[in-house]
Amino acid sequence: MREKLFEKILLLCALSAVTALFLIALFIFYEGLPLIFRIGPANFLFSSNWAPTRGHFGILPMIVGSLQVTVLALILGGTLGLACAMFLAEFAPRWSVRILKPLIELLAGIPSVVYGFIGVLVLVPLIRRTLGGPGFSVLAAGIILGIMILPTVIAISLDALNAVPLSYKEGSLAVGATRWQTLYRLTLPAAKSGIIASLILAMGRAIGETMAVIMVAGNALIIPKSPLEPVRTLTSNIALEMGYASGTHQEALFATGVVLFIIVALLNTFALLALRKKV
Amino acid sequence: MRNFITILFALFPVIFISFAGCRRSAETSLTIAGSTSVQPFAELLAELYMQQHPGVEINVQGGGSSAGIRAVQNCICDIGMSSRPLTPEEQNLQQWTIALDGIVLIVHKHNPVRNITLEQLQDVFSGKIRNWRALGGPDQKITVITREEGSGTRGCFEEIVMHGAHFAADALVQDSNGAVREIVASDPSAIGYISFGLVDERVSALAVNGITPSESTIVAHTYPLARRFLFLTNGEPDALARSFLDFVLSPEGQKTLADEGLIKAVP
Repeated sequence: MREKLFEKILLLCALSAVTALFLIALFIFYEGLPLIFRIGPANFLFSSNWAPTRGHFGILPMIVGSLQVTVLALILGGTLGLACAMFLAEFAPRWSVRILKPLIELLAGIPSVVYGFIGVLVLVPLIRRTLGGPGFSVLAAGIILGIMILPTVIAISLDALNAVPLSYKEGSLAVGATRWQTLYRLTLPAAKSGIIASLILAMGRAIGETMAVIMVAGNALIIPKSPLEPVRTLTSNIALEMGYASGTHQEALFATGVVLFIIVALLNTFALLALRKKV
Repeated sequence: MRNFITILFALFPVIFISFAGCRRSAETSLTIAGSTSVQPFAELLAELYMQQHPGVEINVQGGGSSAGIRAVQNCICDIGMSSRPLTPEEQNLQQWTIALDGIVLIVHKHNPVRNITLEQLQDVFSGKIRNWRALGGPDQKITVITREEGSGTRGCFEEIVMHGAHFAADALVQDSNGAVREIVASDPSAIGYISFGLVDERVSALAVNGITPSESTIVAHTYPLARRFLFLTNGEPDALARSFLDFVLSPEGQKTLADEGLIKAVP
């Protein structure tokens, strides 16, 4: 009897999370879809002219911008994070793991506005002085996001690498493979699904991050042709303009949210499918 | 003759109402709407007023200057806020200048350029002039910083400077006066515009058409990017609106606005 009760309570909790997601999605679509259909999905998605108070709603630069920044962050943060996880899993002395792992997890606790602030004060002037351009750029946003996704990539990849049974490695080492050969040929492929999962989660964080990106990306309405040019992402577009937006302008920001929602859902679906097929 | 009198009689209520302003039902609540540049200041004043007059409810809404003017003309709100001057057709409204503000062009401290004309400004912000050399500065690309779409400061800048021209697409966009100032303070090639009250010693302010922005040039309206913050009523304000207006123009209200960086309308 009591067990049944707890079961029901837990079910209710589980449902409330799903309900919240459902209600949020419903609300975003309800507010944003009418505008998309009024001006036509093609006009909305493939026009570069964004001037909502004059009736132009093209978000192509933001879609491209979001993807560029996310890809750059994944290249930087993914490579670095994976290398770090490999080191911690296979090569690092035990005492250093005990120090390094909590420190890396601490990185996840730093508020994004702090990352953005450091980006504005250190990274942006550095890029401006050494590489040119305004400093506020795809590169700055990519680097900051790359650092922000490190803890996610490292923690989950490390767990995946550690979860590979010891007997596999012992077998490999016993037949004469070096530690690097074992890691590269055996442990990494065995941990592949976990590593991909870490990259998916990191991608979610990168594409959704707003505050730090607004601060360092420059938010210009262009499709960047070089990593040194400023960029505006979908999330920044919403946060930047929502303060004063009303009427169709506000609808346009919700419509931006619809596109972001769909992109994230699609990416997650593809990633999950890829995972299921190859493991 | 009889017809004329009939028409006059028929029109009488209309004439009467238009002279009397808006009819109001509630005497304890006040709705203020309009310019988003004035809105934060009006909110602050409303909050102070409500603290001193418990039971009174003041509702401050944005929407933009034009929307505020329309709202007060149609009796949708009691007081309209505008950061632009009234057009001749809008002169039927009563207006009070509650404070003055100037939009100041700022550049890096080491930038040798000291003056810019309105025409040059339009060319710089629309992307026609892209190098400081064209303005008498060093051979360096100009980094243009503007505000986000919908901001009142941006709206005012567009009205006075841009005259329908579009901002350059590659202009950086920041969502506050403070952020614009931070970038200009650190980037030698940057130009941006912020409210007069927020200019500090870390940036250098440009003269426009040879006139330096200062309290006196803004009050005299010789500085081209000066603007007045207006409160508008349709006809005579009623008791509550009058009391709030008196508070805004009182030394206390004016000091509150001056502390926020505006210039007092009542010295």
